[in-house]
Amino acid sequence: MQAVFKRTAGLLNIPTHYCPGCTHGILHRLIAEAMCELDILHRTIGVSSVGCTYNNYEYFACDMVQAAHGRAPAVATGIKRVHPSKSVFTYQGDGDLAAIGTAEIIHAAARGEKISVFFANNAIYGMTSGQMAPTTLIGQVTTTSPFGRDPDAQGHPINVSEMMATLPGAVYVERVSLHDYRHIIQAKKAVRKAFRVQEAGLGFSLVEVLSTCPTNWGMDPPKSMDWVAEVMIQQYPLGLFRDPKLEESK
Amino acid sequence: MEKRVLMKGNEAIAEAAIRAGCRYYFGYPITPQTEIMHYMAKRMVEVGGTVIQAESELAAINMVYGAAAAGARAMTSSSSPGISLKQEGFSYIAGAELPAVVANIVRAGPGLGGILPSQGDYFQATKGGGHGDYRNIVLAPASVQELYEMTIEAFNLADRYRMLALILGDGALGQMMEPVVFRDKEPIDLPKKPWAVTGTGGVRPHNTITSIYIKADVLEAFNRKLQAKYAEVSRREVRAECLNCEDADILMVAFGTCSRIGRGIIPIAAAQGVRVGLIRPITLWPFPSDVIARAAAQPSVKAVLTIELSCGQMVEDVRLAVDGMKPIAFLGRSGGNLPTQKEILQKIMKMVGR
Repeated sequence: MQAVFKRTAGLLNIPTHYCPGCTHGILHRLIAEAMCELDILHRTIGVSSVGCTYNNYEYFACDMVQAAHGRAPAVATGIKRVHPSKSVFTYQGDGDLAAIGTAEIIHAAARGEKISVFFANNAIYGMTSGQMAPTTLIGQVTTTSPFGRDPDAQGHPINVSEMMATLPGAVYVERVSLHDYRHIIQAKKAVRKAFRVQEAGLGFSLVEVLSTCPTNWGMDPPKSMDWVAEVMIQQYPLGLFRDPKLEESK
Repeated sequence: MEKRVLMKGNEAIAEAAIRAGCRYYFGYPITPQTEIMHYMAKRMVEVGGTVIQAESELAAINMVYGAAAAGARAMTSSSSPGISLKQEGFSYIAGAELPAVVANIVRAGPGLGGILPSQGDYFQATKGGGHGDYRNIVLAPASVQELYEMTIEAFNLADRYRMLALILGDGALGQMMEPVVFRDKEPIDLPKKPWAVTGTGGVRPHNTITSIYIKADVLEAFNRKLQAKYAEVSRREVRAECLNCEDADILMVAFGTCSRIGRGIIPIAAAQGVRVGLIRPITLWPFPSDVIARAAAQPSVKAVLTIELSCGQMVEDVRLAVDGMKPIAFLGRSGGNLPTQKEILQKIMKMVGR
């Protein structure tokens, strides 16, 4: 019998700890497949951050470093400057990247660090049980905005991709989603492109990936996917914010 | 005759780091240590190294974390308020067992304090500062020549034990100019680092650098391993200088800039018939407790005087070392002031009942 689908070599044979229906598993697979397809798995170094993905260094088959909360872009900077010919990526959530690590992500992009950032935006703090994130939508109920996010008291969501696109060093910025197979295919293309931009030495690349958190959203997985498609995308429109025009060879 | 170069203390640190094979410096400006980054910015270009002026001290120490994880000799430097910000990184570097070097050219605190010399970061340097059970090697130079030599030593110790080595200077040492002889003992032989993240090359399982252990038993086992390492450092790496300690009436304990002042007291007190000895801790962690205890135990010693540029920090370790054998006195100045020989001498005369 012929195998038509199997584990990617980019992920080790270890069960993940993610909740059922969470899209982190999909994003892990896309990154792992991209590394294999581009044949860079053996010379890629990843950086795990703090949040639900704190220990994904155990899952990826490439060399991995675990970073303090929000500091992954600074840690990746140190690694990349030592190994400029290797590919270096960070995997960060919205609390890590858009709250505590805002300075690190902005300045890594401003310096044009040749790293790739995969930014999972699920509009909530997952790991610590559903607190409001900088990306939480207006009116969204969380454990720290129990009556819905009130812009008067709690401000407005941060659109990271739009903000990053103002920085010349951020040469590739795209927002994608994982809510259906068509969008997953598009997300895969974006992940590959981020690595290729880095491999070409063009500068900083960031892919914002709209993700689900059924557990803390209080929705089942299909309803979570619908919520991304119908509600979240209105705040976070998909698209290409910075495009370095790569040769379409690979 | 050996060639002598007149240098600022801060510059000597930078030159030493480069001669020790450090090619990655990450910093953020703060007085009175910024000359380290100025010097690095020019000199690193000549040796093909990297200098990044980071967006914050937090980012700088985390760049060091990344570069150290990648297998390189890397350092950062700062002064007290900036070192406070780096404490998160200190704890992670300890937890991930990474070799790294940091220089703290201490200024007076707390808060923004002032830019003048101080030793008020002794507690922070030797007792932790960041969270969790960890230690840093802390070296206390007392001259520009020693800043040079101990920076090289810091890199060697950091690599040998896979831990952070901290150079604890002060604003006076960083800013003063003295002649330096570049005594490069042997060519730099960087140790192999098979644990570093370099890409698997397709020939080995993936390397991971982490400080998180969710299971209690696993974390406790890791803590035991760290403590065993710290015990080995305590056995092997204690350094102290003893001057005139034999049969001393009064024993002074002072490090860094204070030890220079204390050294000058010895002949002056002798001229007045009081034999004063000086113990200068060179490693503040591991602390030379045994050296102090042995010297204090001599029947001749009436009391021990700790002199610091603080309101009394190292004196607690001196008290623990002496363990009630002899009375402990303290003389400290703060805010950036230095004790004068006159006030130290007055204190000593009072202690011997004159």
